Amino acid sequence: MKRTLPIVVASVGVVLSAAPSFADSQSKSRSQARAEVEFGMQVAQRGLWREAIYRWEKATETDPSYAAAFNDLAIAYEHEGQLDKAAKAYEKALELDPNNTQIRQNYELFKEINDRTSSGKDK
Amino acid sequence: MIGRVPAKTSNRTLAMAGAAVLLAACAIACGPDSYEIPIETPIKPKLDVSAFQRVLVAGFVAGGSEDIDANQETVRLLRSQLRTKSQLRVIDADILPLMDVAQENAKPADVADSGPREGSATGNDHQQPAAAAASAQPVPLPAKIKDEKDIEPYERLFANTAYWKRIGEEYQNPLIVTGTVLFMPHSRSGFVQRDQEVMDSFGRRRVVPMRTYLERTGFILRPKFVFIDGRTGAQLYSESYREEILYNAQQQTPALSSYFELMDRLVPNFLSALSSQKIKGTRVLLK
Repeated sequence: MKRTLPIVVASVGVVLSAAPSFADSQSKSRSQARAEVEFGMQVAQRGLWREAIYRWEKATETDPSYAAAFNDLAIAYEHEGQLDKAAKAYEKALELDPNNTQIRQNYELFKEINDRTSSGKDK
Repeated sequence: MIGRVPAKTSNRTLAMAGAAVLLAACAIACGPDSYEIPIETPIKPKLDVSAFQRVLVAGFVAGGSEDIDANQETVRLLRSQLRTKSQLRVIDADILPLMDVAQENAKPADVADSGPREGSATGNDHQQPAAAAASAQPVPLPAKIKDEKDIEPYERLFANTAYWKRIGEEYQNPLIVTGTVLFMPHSRSGFVQRDQEVMDSFGRRRVVPMRTYLERTGFILRPKFVFIDGRTGAQLYSESYREEILYNAQQQTPALSSYFELMDRLVPNFLSALSSQKIKGTRVLLK
């Protein structure tokens, strides 16, 4: 019992000291991803969509919980005609942020086009 | 005294400039979290038409309203759209009277014939498999097409590869566009919800939803586009659509303008079968 107590105390200490560093790394990766997203937005506005895709893909790898990055990536895929990839990215963005009306609206507009490509088909 | 006043002013200006710089920096850093961007979504054609240089919009089996000639109007519209929005050269040819062709083919076979002459105008029926020929007994076709039921037996014409191959040979093996078009008058009555402007007790205007009983008339357009390989006469692809439009019963809208309004909705789908299209729109980028 006497031996167990210091071990428990030490473990709690390790966990408590690790928690802030985990939060730090999370916020660090979010800020890195955000920088990529913002740069992607700038280049997309200048029509450099491939560069934007590169940036937004990097952002989603850096922070896989960043819904806006998936949304932007989906838009870029849509613009490049990569509709399957766009659908997956939109779905991921909505999975991460289901109440985001702007992502949902983008997705609805995308679906309208995507459905049109297969509507009316008989064979 | 003279020197102190400008010093105060300069301090104040400096402070204000500092605040402005801070605000600007914040605006850039915090900025709007979304940005609306125009995009163009490219849509690949549903059909690989790389083997064809020319397209023949042959004609349509058409029926429904007698106010317009749906066969002629559809051929003219599709030809003009293909001329401007596809890479294929559009063949200018007489419109095929496909109803007559189908009716001719549906006549009972002569006693001397070895088999039924299902859907053929070429006399090459012996090339068809015996089983298919046996199952394809001639069926009398309705002289006038009023609805979907009437148009259905005519669809056998599109499976007649010998006929379409012969047409293909005549025009140097183009891609053939044909099909059926049903343009029918339609009416519907019932309650509809509409926004109505009313004045409240204070004289203010308000818009309130009102349910009103309406009798409406209009048209239904049901085209089926069939794409045939002119080299083989085989059907490559087909697609069917249904669009309808309704107006107030008092409104007198000419049938032809309703036809074009409905076709306008379908033409992009038709074109996307043959050529790549770019659909313009806007999306919202997020930070």
